[in-house]
Amino acid sequence: MKIYVTDPDGKEHELEGLDGWRVMEIIKDYGLPLKAECGGACCCATCHVYVHEDWVDKLYEMRDDEEDMLDEAIDVQDNSRLSCQILMSEALDGLKVTIAPGTEI
Amino acid sequence: MEIETHKTDVIIIGAGPVGLFAVFELGLLDMKAHLIDILDRPGGQCAELYPEKPIYDIPAFPVITGQELTDNLMAQIEPFSPTFHFNQMAEELIKLENGNWQIKTDIGTIIEAPVVVIAAGGGSFMPKKPNIPNLEEYEGTSVFYAVRQMEQFKGKNILVAGGGDSALDWTLNLEPLAESMALIHRRDDFRAAPDSVSKMRKLVEEDKMKLYIADVKGLNGSNGQLESVTVQPKGGEPYEVECDTLLAFYGLTMKLGPIANFGLNLHENLIPVDTEKFETSTKGIFSIGDINTYPGKLKLILSGFHESALMAQEAFRIVFPDKKLRFQYTTSSTNLQEKLGVNDKAA
Repeated sequence: MKIYVTDPDGKEHELEGLDGWRVMEIIKDYGLPLKAECGGACCCATCHVYVHEDWVDKLYEMRDDEEDMLDEAIDVQDNSRLSCQILMSEALDGLKVTIAPGTEI
Repeated sequence: MEIETHKTDVIIIGAGPVGLFAVFELGLLDMKAHLIDILDRPGGQCAELYPEKPIYDIPAFPVITGQELTDNLMAQIEPFSPTFHFNQMAEELIKLENGNWQIKTDIGTIIEAPVVVIAAGGGSFMPKKPNIPNLEEYEGTSVFYAVRQMEQFKGKNILVAGGGDSALDWTLNLEPLAESMALIHRRDDFRAAPDSVSKMRKLVEEDKMKLYIADVKGLNGSNGQLESVTVQPKGGEPYEVECDTLLAFYGLTMKLGPIANFGLNLHENLIPVDTEKFETSTKGIFSIGDINTYPGKLKLILSGFHESALMAQEAFRIVFPDKKLRFQYTTSSTNLQEKLGVNDKAA
């Protein structure tokens, strides 16, 4: 199970996906810079990522609290998600995301 | 403004859970504390970011919310009557000739003590800023992230950005004062209190203010004086909104802030400490909780609690160099129970 994460400098990293982990946790565990200051409580919007177009429709739909929290994210797009709200599973093997602005540590 | 000055035993920077528990551990050893926090209330991240969210790893609490944890800590430290300095940020740290430390805050409060404890977590909560290239040029003259004095905005053509309570509250409060008022938000749905949202919608219906569903993309003007804002609606063409003042409310995020200039060793914005006393490279300056680092550090509230207990032991030796430190348990020591106000003889 893999995730491909593009960092703020534009470099793509191949990360080992961990079943049941939040994508935010996997990105941080790998050591990429992602502030995620509330620690996964959907309370800060500092784990904001852009999801690659091939994967947008394969994710669970956003809950209201995630949509609300995106109000505090910077440069929100149609493919914006909070990576703490994406749970990794086999179905998402190969997921591609890009770390968004405003998540710098 | 008259400058306030205070003397105490220990200055704690940060009134989050770890700063609060430090008051308890210091209090058991007869040390008084003053706490400084940029927020307007105690609790730090627990109160600001996730007051309602359950926490599952506080020892002896299978589940507790951030607010409950804060309330419990406030009750626990009540016997030690700490002094709080809210809505301000520790800005300057100076070593005095008498050997004490002096902290000055951004609003001029001065506190002196032999011991300083930095329990600042992820740093100070500061406003999130939109990603606009020439933003700095307008900050403080035309672009603001908070309202300190409403009078300042009288007769202005104001554009408020955001969809939360701050954005809606200030839209409603400033609308009667302003020459013109507009609100801009990325979607036609607001997480602010429903009552404020209906009041805002009513003003829009009555043509007393405007509502734009779009993102702020650019600032136009000269010499720091804003003339208009370029906005981008979802899937549409960008357009300009005339205004001379932009109030942006995109929430708060933590930044290390002036602590970076305290002259302490820093490692990736964290403060290295030893694991015996949790003292920094500077004698008398301690650091506990999420902001410190040492081999094996875990950013957990419970680690910060442990760190505050050990810190207090060394702080005692600095504050009371001539006294002997005796280790006692709250379960058995009548002395400690008197301090906590739970001893019958003391009552």
